Amino acid sequence: MIYFDKVSKIYSKNSIAIDEISFTIEPQEFISLVGQSGAGKTTLLKLLLAEEAPTGGKVFFESVNIHSISRGKLTEVRRKIGVVFQDFRLLPNKTVFENIAFAMEAAGKKDEDIRNDVPQVMDLVGLEDKGWRFPRELSGGERQRVAIARAIVNQPDLIIADEPTGNLDPLNTWEIINILKKVNELGTTIILATHNKGIIDSLNRRVITLEGGRITRDDKEGRYIL
Amino acid sequence: MSFFTDTRRIIKIGFVNFWREGVVSAATVLVMITTLFVIGSIIFAKASLDSTLTQIEDKVDITVYFKPGVLENDILSIRQELLNLEGEVKEAVYVSQEDSLERFKQRHENNSLITQSLLELEENPLGAEINIKAKNPSQYEGIANFLKNSQDNSEVIDKINYFQNKIVIEKLTKIIDSFRALGFGVSLILVIIAVIVMFNTIRISIYFSREEISIMRLVGATNSYVRGPFIIEGAMSGIFASIITIALFYPFLLWVNPIAQNAFLGINIFEYYVNNILQIFAILLVIGVFLGTTSSYIAVRKYLKV
Repeated sequence: MIYFDKVSKIYSKNSIAIDEISFTIEPQEFISLVGQSGAGKTTLLKLLLAEEAPTGGKVFFESVNIHSISRGKLTEVRRKIGVVFQDFRLLPNKTVFENIAFAMEAAGKKDEDIRNDVPQVMDLVGLEDKGWRFPRELSGGERQRVAIARAIVNQPDLIIADEPTGNLDPLNTWEIINILKKVNELGTTIILATHNKGIIDSLNRRVITLEGGRITRDDKEGRYIL
Repeated sequence: MSFFTDTRRIIKIGFVNFWREGVVSAATVLVMITTLFVIGSIIFAKASLDSTLTQIEDKVDITVYFKPGVLENDILSIRQELLNLEGEVKEAVYVSQEDSLERFKQRHENNSLITQSLLELEENPLGAEINIKAKNPSQYEGIANFLKNSQDNSEVIDKINYFQNKIVIEKLTKIIDSFRALGFGVSLILVIIAVIVMFNTIRISIYFSREEISIMRLVGATNSYVRGPFIIEGAMSGIFASIITIALFYPFLLWVNPIAQNAFLGINIFEYYVNNILQIFAILLVIGVFLGTTSSYIAVRKYLKV
């Protein structure tokens, strides 16, 4: 489903973020990406979203090299990927409902579908009664649920979660992870970048460890080892 | 995905954002009002300057004095020749010998000495005249020379007062021309300044939305879907600003009109405003909407590169 082919990202001579990385991700996998700050996790995810272009190598998403396609095609690819960030990145002037609906509107979904699907995902993430709130009126955990709801509402093939629990307390952390597990069980591939040892160890799924821009470990049922 | 659904959603988002961004929208509208007020003031200043200059121009004319006893037919044929100078002569008024005497008497009716001496004369001492108005003051010299150089005319024409007033007319023409040029230059500079200020205000307001723009792109919105609402917001600023501006001119011109009428010979600008309110509003509206939408378009483009 995803294939990194000798991908490098070099910002300058002294700053090599990613160094000739190659790996494959199969559909419906739940992959954790671990590594210290500056190991290249975020850069890797940015390359996968085509937010940044690689210095060398190719990134394939469903057999398409996403760095050589037109902007129009890139928009289509992005609709198959849901993204969750550490800092939530919600639209501040839109309500919870509108934030989630925006992803569907942008994808050109019908009003009917939007009215049906948005309340469903709000249920799924536990925000039934918060539809009319603005992001500034929500707690961190609630905001991250909105972000996840927005990421899954278009039923993407892949969800990228970059430190989604970085700003949350332990209770909220576990709830967010449980939501991601539920989404994965429904058939969506998940890439989770995290620092949290407890999460990795309890997930017991594939773990890719990055160090200095290279993959140092890739374990099928990995633990957090640095 | 349909074009109409997208357009409807873009318009709706634009409207909603405009209200929710409250303070930022109000600031943009305020700057837009300033811009449109400058442009509107230029329209009014130009109208009153134009009419003032036209009135001054209108006061300039030249008169051809014919020798007494020249036949009316000869004079009328010269008048016809003048009128044939198309593009130059606006009007040529024939004043017969009798009329010219009549006018002379009227002008001096309080001066007993002149009235007395006229009565003692048996013949009419005055010749007929033609009053000529050119379309443009710079054409007077050509017209005067045309009359002077014509062979047949030299026997019937006594004098042409252009050659006495030459310097005054030329100076006045220069002053009028330079006032027009100055007016145009000043307007141009003011408009450029206003447009730059406007553009930068919109750019700053969109700068605050740069995060949102990149989020929308990452969530899978097309460039035009991200840009659309901003363009709607720009258009709305233009619409609101032009309505408020045209309303503001009512008290402003009411106040400024008496002062302006003293300063210029010109028209009543308040009346001008009332009579042309729809056209002026249309101009402000078109400029406001155009500025709002193009500034938004250009400003958003910068943040759409994700």
